[in-house]
Amino acid sequence: MASAAEPHTFPQLAKRAVADTQLRRNIGNATQTIRTKRAGVVAEVPDWEELREAGRSLKEHTLRNLDRYLVQLEEAVTKAGGQVHWARDGAEAKRIVTEIAKRHSAKEVIKVKSITTEEIKLNEALEAAGIRPFETDLAELIIQLGDDVSSHILVPAIHRNRAEIRELFMRKLGLAELSDRPSDLTAAARTYLREKFLTVPMAVSGANFGICDTGTICVVESEGNGRMCLTLPKVLVSVMGIEKLVPTWEDMEVFLQLLPRSSTGERMNPYNSLWTGVTPGDGPQEFHLVLLDNRRTDVLADRTGRQTLNCIRCSACLNVCPVYARTGGHAYHSEYQGPIGAILTPQLHGMDEAASLPFASTLCGACYEVCPVKINIPEVLVHLRTRAVARSGFNMEKLAMGAAIRMFDNPGLLETAQKIARVAQRPFVSDGYITGGVGPLRQWTRARDLPAIPAQSFRDWWRTRR
Amino acid sequence: MSGAREEILGRIRGALAGDPAGEVAVARGYRKTSDLSGAALADRFAERAEAYKATVRRVDAAGATEAIRRLQGRFVVPADLADSWLPAEFVRDDGNLAHRELDAVAGVITGCAIAIAETGTIVLDAGAEQGRRAITLLPDFHVCIVPVERIVGSVPEAIRALRGSLPRPLTFMSGPSATSDIELNRVEGVHGPRRLEILIVGAA
Amino acid sequence: MRVALFITCYNDTLFPQTGIATVRLLERLGHTVEFPEDQTCCGQMHSNTGYGDEAIPLIRRFVKSFRDAEVIVSPSSSCVSNIRTAWLRTLADTGDETLKRDVAELVPRVFELSQFLVERLGIDDVGAYYPRRVTYHPTCNSLRALKVGEAPMRLLAKVRGLDLVELPDARECCGFGGTFAVKNEDTSVAMLSDKMRSVLGTRAEVCTALDSSCLMHIGGGLHRLRSGVRTVHLAEILASTEKDFMHGERR
Repeated sequence: MASAAEPHTFPQLAKRAVADTQLRRNIGNATQTIRTKRAGVVAEVPDWEELREAGRSLKEHTLRNLDRYLVQLEEAVTKAGGQVHWARDGAEAKRIVTEIAKRHSAKEVIKVKSITTEEIKLNEALEAAGIRPFETDLAELIIQLGDDVSSHILVPAIHRNRAEIRELFMRKLGLAELSDRPSDLTAAARTYLREKFLTVPMAVSGANFGICDTGTICVVESEGNGRMCLTLPKVLVSVMGIEKLVPTWEDMEVFLQLLPRSSTGERMNPYNSLWTGVTPGDGPQEFHLVLLDNRRTDVLADRTGRQTLNCIRCSACLNVCPVYARTGGHAYHSEYQGPIGAILTPQLHGMDEAASLPFASTLCGACYEVCPVKINIPEVLVHLRTRAVARSGFNMEKLAMGAAIRMFDNPGLLETAQKIARVAQRPFVSDGYITGGVGPLRQWTRARDLPAIPAQSFRDWWRTRR
Repeated sequence: MSGAREEILGRIRGALAGDPAGEVAVARGYRKTSDLSGAALADRFAERAEAYKATVRRVDAAGATEAIRRLQGRFVVPADLADSWLPAEFVRDDGNLAHRELDAVAGVITGCAIAIAETGTIVLDAGAEQGRRAITLLPDFHVCIVPVERIVGSVPEAIRALRGSLPRPLTFMSGPSATSDIELNRVEGVHGPRRLEILIVGAA
Repeated sequence: MRVALFITCYNDTLFPQTGIATVRLLERLGHTVEFPEDQTCCGQMHSNTGYGDEAIPLIRRFVKSFRDAEVIVSPSSSCVSNIRTAWLRTLADTGDETLKRDVAELVPRVFELSQFLVERLGIDDVGAYYPRRVTYHPTCNSLRALKVGEAPMRLLAKVRGLDLVELPDARECCGFGGTFAVKNEDTSVAMLSDKMRSVLGTRAEVCTALDSSCLMHIGGGLHRLRSGVRTVHLAEILASTEKDFMHGERR
């Protein structure tokens, strides 16, 4: 991540990203591929809209009863032999995980891809405590080896192409020969991690779903690295945001249809692991579930923002977003990118960190159209813009917006302003177009001309025909 | 720690305090069953599993025995796997095989709890003839026997049928392990078994 | 029918020809057009940029201007979408129950022009003539917020002389997004360049849409490139007749 001194507003980072032709090509190709796949598998489900409505209403129902459902989940997990911990914030969650690792004298832990642990920067805390975390998801491994930052919530290394990954693996895994075929790159990762899976005593995962009536936790994945982490070590710790609850086992019939088709564009992802506490003789014999708040309750308290907690992290909104397709994920300066990142980051990390993100959208609505749990992202974006404006100090924009209201609330004043503008634009007009200017006009005219204000307004014309 | 629990629950109650009264109705207008039945179930399952690059063979009971007998190398099998499904060379898992031993065998043969036609998925619930999770994870080749009567049409049908399996661990498998992490192109065979062979028994 | 025209602030100021075309078209179809002169702006720019509360006087003004209108028609899908979807949200936290009631009562009478013609009046042939190769860009508000569907295409298909060509990747946003175009200039222009490539690829002479704002963006880019392709609001195409092309072609 960039330090505070480096530019990190969305427009600043996007400027850099948009100029990177290789990045544009990588992201453009990848998002186009996944869009097409998703559209294909969604089209073959006749009741897709009914499933979306079920997903939305289930999430809303759960959130409205969140206290009751959390207690129910805690009871069920405990009864099944698991241990439940509550963490008010990231610091508390990190303390809990680190203490469990220390109790087992774990020097290394293997990790299943988890954005929640990225959100709280768990790896840094483990390293500070002398515990080495190994990311086992292929993309997370590429990020970790490259000392890089995730740029997509599902496919963190989407900004890398095969040639770049080949170079990285040869350098970091000490391989003298390696082709850039994805199958060979994948095989190299398999060989590198197999020994870790067989020897490391503790794993850390996130969770896609926590099922309240049975105490079952679900992790959805593709590579089998998740199964390795969830099955082979002696100790398993899962860090789960408190919003990931599903009331009953039967409700999984909704989410196991919505999630795979929306995320990887598959009818079902290769592996879903579901476990309930501890099973004697099968898998980890010690299981800890860490329930993380970390401002989620603040999001819950905001009636408009609350729907953000519906998110099942499918990433469909990233793949259809025209802004994301041009900038990639790093411009969002967060572990949550794209449209969902633009609403989640300011709410979870605070507006100070992310005041420019709610504005990083044209409000085109493509995200809302594909969201499997119907989060009205444009609505939340506008809501957060209002919050960003409310907390910003006096500035030129506020002055101009206020003046515009006074003008628009007075037709006479509007006409006077039109007349003044007709005169004021003269130095910039050539052949009926404005081609330069100052302030926002300068931003506009760097790449676009602007029609000059014509001599006669509609109003003027209307009066002439009376 | 209990301080955190009470504080979080308190924050939630505070956040919900101003909400209008009444429950949010859950919309259940989606399909609970599929239109598939009979032979169409096996056909669809086979087609969808193959789409994930699983090898699918449709055999009768004798054909399954025959196919398994021809497997080369030493296979691990669950302790309770039927004798008719044993390969030439095998080791029964009594729960004590070390992970390294499982890593070294040629493959694993198991049954399954249920299979889902619309998604081409097999589900293992650690029940009869399936064994513990590690045996289907470390070997590089998984041969899974799917009796045709275990195939259901849709995800909702599978979920309802699986309630009785809980609290045993469940693994849904759709093809061999795979990744789409490099340029979003699908590559089969990452950390889990790189080959999955499905024998649909009774629908030859 | 008595039709009250909501012309919108930027059509009034920058694109009077769009408003004039709307009047001509509706009158040609036999309707009585009214233009309440105290109307100004729907407040879209304010509410989309985070100044929703400031826009409330404009909502009040609009309600006053159009209270007695039978139907309100506007040649701008984004303004109609703002009225239909954002106003009640903006007013949600105010205590002004009267205004909320007035808005709720008014909203069903507000129509985007093409939806008004096809869905409300049930006509798709408006007797227009426009001998040009034209491609249609479905703006995001018309496509996703108002869901105008096939209405504009049905109208265009019936225009005599018009050669309608499909726009590749039509559903992609052009990158305008109101203040986004200046706040996120680089991304906006990157999106615009792809949209222009699609438009130019069709070899159309004219790109049309239901929003002068998006057309100002696309057209501004096309003009900077000296591409020779113009943007023209749908209302202007529908208002055109043989007579407009008799003495020297200007559209």
